[in-house]
Amino acid sequence: MTSPRYAVVLVYATSYALRVEQILKKAGIEAKLIPVPRQLSSDCGVCVRILYENMEDAQVWLDKNHCEFEGIYPLPPGSRG
Amino acid sequence: MMFTNRYQDLIYFDNSATSWPKPPGVAEAMVHFLTNIGANPGRSGHQLAIESSRIVYETREKICTLFNAHDPLSVTFNKNITEAINLVLRGFLKPGDHVITSSMEHNSVMRPLRALEATGVEITIVQCTPDGMVDPLSIEKAIRTNTKLVVINHSSNVIGTILPIAEIGKIAQKYDLLFLVDTAQSAGKVLIDMDKDDIDLLAFTGHKSLLGPMGTGGLVFGNWVNPTRIEPLIRGGTGSRSEEEYQPEFLPDVYESGTQNAVGIAGLGAGIDWILEKGVEIIRKHEMGLTQQLIDALKAIPEVIVYSPDDAKMNTGTVSFNIKGVTPSEVGLRLDEDFGVLSRVGLHCAPAAHKTIGTFPVGSVRFGVGIFNTSEQVDDAIRAVASIAKASR
Repeated sequence: MTSPRYAVVLVYATSYALRVEQILKKAGIEAKLIPVPRQLSSDCGVCVRILYENMEDAQVWLDKNHCEFEGIYPLPPGSRG
Repeated sequence: MMFTNRYQDLIYFDNSATSWPKPPGVAEAMVHFLTNIGANPGRSGHQLAIESSRIVYETREKICTLFNAHDPLSVTFNKNITEAINLVLRGFLKPGDHVITSSMEHNSVMRPLRALEATGVEITIVQCTPDGMVDPLSIEKAIRTNTKLVVINHSSNVIGTILPIAEIGKIAQKYDLLFLVDTAQSAGKVLIDMDKDDIDLLAFTGHKSLLGPMGTGGLVFGNWVNPTRIEPLIRGGTGSRSEEEYQPEFLPDVYESGTQNAVGIAGLGAGIDWILEKGVEIIRKHEMGLTQQLIDALKAIPEVIVYSPDDAKMNTGTVSFNIKGVTPSEVGLRLDEDFGVLSRVGLHCAPAAHKTIGTFPVGSVRFGVGIFNTSEQVDDAIRAVASIAKASR
């Protein structure tokens, strides 16, 4: 069984991550808070991990809810975060 | 260590200073946090840190629900309302700016304003009536070209008078002034609506009528308020933008440097849960009934002078009085030692308010009722006051 491919929503602070998670879960998009992958940012906080295939949907839902975030980035295949 | 409660038979009428008892959920939430979670909110990315952040975030949401604010991220936590008020006054007002306040304010407003006055900030203190009411028109008349802010308490910590914040808010909006409301004595006791009352900045404290623990308080920012216009009181680690040596400018992090009081905020969340479940209108009805009972009975004692407005509809549950010929401290001590009735006596950190009602520098005896007080307790307290009054004849 191959592990799924992920992407992450980078945010300004943990409280923003909680808001992103809330919006995505309400939209039925699986979301989990994880530490920010070092290769994406030197920030020591958290980001929101989603499935790679949900990147576009997540963007749409976050924009619809006027939710601020830094960006959505794919993780390399095989990486969990 | 085992704790025993030796105080269960006391009548606690000092809710205007801090509410007590708290709903059971408050201590439970704090014990749960300390026992099962414990981690630092907004720092680290492990599951306990995230759970800690979640509790803080959920408390922000509850505060929004209570005050009809729209964005949990516009709620910032400080150690208490005094710090929150200081943050706005000291962070926003610059030499040459003009600020308007009332003569019923607590020292949490007066002292920072007096310190700012020495730096060149101009202050107008609008005179209130002896029953603590302010005429919104007198605020409008005080506006100058350099006026930047109106700061007002929603209700008096000395005599409970509720000020017309919605009308004052409309005036502030009309002249494009920032409107800061001190809700120390009103939050959770009466309905407050950031939108309807045109509040730009709402300062709250957790340990009074929000039924949370001490060490919690903060600000709610209207969506239209630009946080870059208000300098933070302190700067430091926020858990965000760690690569930067400059303070982030976004809410709530800009005003939340250093580890937050997450255990206290967990308790505050439980306090607000209780209020939301019970309903502010139900709380108001109960407290207003007790307040009217208290005012009417105190006024019926010939030696007693009551300073609070006659009508409890105008009062958030704070009743100030004196017994002629007996100092407030003497009354307070006798109430405590002889009858187990706990009050607060003196000037209540509000010399301006006592000057307004005519009780400076002696002060008054203050009863502050809360949701857990009963009509029987009011009867008992009245009997105690009557007994002290009788002995003074």
